[in-house]
Amino acid sequence: MKEKKLKGGIFNRVSDTNLLFFITVVIFFLMYIGAVVFRGGGFSKPQTLFDILNSNAGLIIVALGLSVVMITGGIDISVGGVVGLVTMCCAVYLDKTPGGGNVYVSMLIAVGIGLAFGLVQGFLVAYCDIQPFIVTLAGMFFARGMTTIVHTKPFNVENSAFQKLKNTRIEIPGLGWYTKKGIYFPAYIEIGVVVALALVVILFIVLRYTKLGRAFYAVGGNKQSALMLGINVKRTKFLSHVICGVLAGIAGYVYFLNVGSGSVSHATGMEMNAIASAIIGGTMLTGGVGNIVGTLFGVLSLCTIQKIVASAGLGEAWWTGITIAAMLCLFLLIQSVVIRLKKRTLKV
Amino acid sequence: MDKKKIEANKKGSGNAASLIKRITGNQLFIPIMAIVLLALINLIAGPSFFRVKLINNNDGNPQFSGSLITILDYGSELAILAIGMTLVTAASGGQDISVGATIAIAGSAMLRILCGSNQHPETLKAPIIVAFLVACLVGMLCGAFNGALVAIFKIQPMIATLIMFTAGRSIAAWINSNRLPIVPGKEFKYFGGVIPGIPIPTTVFIVIICIIAIALALKFTNLGLYTQAVGINEKSARLNGINPILIKFLAFVILGLCVAVAALIKVSRISSINYNVIAKDIEMDAILAVALGGNALSGGKFNMWASILGAYVIQFLTTTLYRFHIQSDALAAYKAVVVILLVLFSAPKVREVISGLIKKIFSGSKGNNGKKTLTALAAAGAAEGAGTDAFDEVSVSEDAVSTSEEESDSKKEEAVQ
Repeated sequence: MKEKKLKGGIFNRVSDTNLLFFITVVIFFLMYIGAVVFRGGGFSKPQTLFDILNSNAGLIIVALGLSVVMITGGIDISVGGVVGLVTMCCAVYLDKTPGGGNVYVSMLIAVGIGLAFGLVQGFLVAYCDIQPFIVTLAGMFFARGMTTIVHTKPFNVENSAFQKLKNTRIEIPGLGWYTKKGIYFPAYIEIGVVVALALVVILFIVLRYTKLGRAFYAVGGNKQSALMLGINVKRTKFLSHVICGVLAGIAGYVYFLNVGSGSVSHATGMEMNAIASAIIGGTMLTGGVGNIVGTLFGVLSLCTIQKIVASAGLGEAWWTGITIAAMLCLFLLIQSVVIRLKKRTLKV
Repeated sequence: MDKKKIEANKKGSGNAASLIKRITGNQLFIPIMAIVLLALINLIAGPSFFRVKLINNNDGNPQFSGSLITILDYGSELAILAIGMTLVTAASGGQDISVGATIAIAGSAMLRILCGSNQHPETLKAPIIVAFLVACLVGMLCGAFNGALVAIFKIQPMIATLIMFTAGRSIAAWINSNRLPIVPGKEFKYFGGVIPGIPIPTTVFIVIICIIAIALALKFTNLGLYTQAVGINEKSARLNGINPILIKFLAFVILGLCVAVAALIKVSRISSINYNVIAKDIEMDAILAVALGGNALSGGKFNMWASILGAYVIQFLTTTLYRFHIQSDALAAYKAVVVILLVLFSAPKVREVISGLIKKIFSGSKGNNGKKTLTALAAAGAAEGAGTDAFDEVSVSEDAVSTSEEESDSKKEEAVQ
């Protein structure tokens, strides 16, 4: 009896957001420690974690934008398409324009495309009252179609200024390792990771300490009461889509920095990975619940499990899909059960 | 009814607007308008689009050929999926995004039964009906999995089905150990092609059977009523003795069955399977079909026939775009623009604005013709007209009443001014 009461007490004190965040972080660390203990080798090197960050910085940024929209109670499935389109446009601009394009202009292109998608979709969702799913579905189709219209064949970008930026590595002292021959490899992260982590911090502060950030949670939690509180619901929804669009644009550029080529098949299925990461990170699609740092851990969990599956020797391609799905299922069930338990204890 | 319409036309401006509203308010309006528009575009581009020829296909069987037949033929999977998707949308207020992946699973299971572990078998290892029943079972199991997550664990449908979406094609590859078996014999091809002697594609008959089945189910059972009740308000549905969990679960299982039928057609078309390509993006088309039919994607009331019509609109659009030599990869961009335009014009908010504009134009012209006092009188008369109109529409639907009330209110405001 006493134990139950205590449990109820903890449940009552912790908000949904923090509870789901806590579960995610604990499971991520358990999983990583498990990987280090049982698989050893690669996982004990810090560089493995940095590699996960390096190759998924774009995904982190996309998932951040998606979290904002999901917290506001919407959904944006066009983000993967926008990333693909941005990558292709920047690649064509840098490689195919005579004399080579300017790197800074290409950054502007990336953000501009993202902003355009955000503005149009935000307007349609917030001010025309069309379901976000349909609007962004059309957005995804449009972006994917435009990508093939811009260019069809895959190619590498050989712009020297871009290559310089792409190969910039930030070394982290003290975390490198020696090979058997005694050669020192420094641990490094790419520029994209710095951008991604900076965005995590900025968005975390915005969502937690600014009026706009609280408005996102309020609108996602209950539109009616948000309206009663004097929040401009339409503008809040609009802004959430604009933020998501801009972040998708930035993510596109970061992704482009990582792959350094233009191809139609880039970033296919990225929107689903981003949604999955946001959910694993404790954001709920019903809105009003979510945590930016949780999303970061969601992406890390998703990529870590992929790495574990690959290193476990389950080479067949289908195992990746099945394990990600199983993990998603597990997290969803945990969320569902936890929230229901909490409701029950609240009632008692 | 026609007389009334003519009278309404004679009455003048206010009623003309309300008539437009009444016609455009019908759920079938948007898909029918879309079809008419597409047909017009094709007619202008050249009437050869509508020519239907009788030719012999590769196997020497007579078969109708032409763009219209193509639309009917290739739109059938989408139409079948639209049936299940409409029910799922109405009951759960969400969409199943895993239908493409489940088609891969059901198709793979079907091939596994038909071909055994042999990649190029000489004869069928099992009767087609057995394979189809197994595929139905697999499809319904997948549906039951999604349904359980949605109904029992209360996970949002799009997210719950994201699991199957991620795992589906992997599971499909795993069932056949990533082999691509080829079904022997001609009989299996009949489902996606033509039966010898009957020049109409078999898929058309399959669709008709499915439509009859769902029509009977809606007519003689409470399925439709209960589904709408759960979709509109789950709590009050439960208070009225409906089990929302069962209804939602059932909707997903029915969709699973639809998926199995679609898988039969898809696999039969090529007698084989490609796990990564089969039914790719079909979930998006199926959801669009439901949306084009004017059904609210947030659940509640639905119109099955509008959804099915929506499916054919999408296929019509695809065929039209192919006609203008647009690459299959770039198709999506054009589709997106068309879909956004269609959805934009069917959005209640936008319609309000448009009907408001129409009203303004009408009353504006009146203001130019007459004197000021006359304008006020006419506006008052129009308000009265709108009032009687509202009386007429009481029998039509509650929504119509509320809108015409708003209309008369705004009219009165004008009159006061």
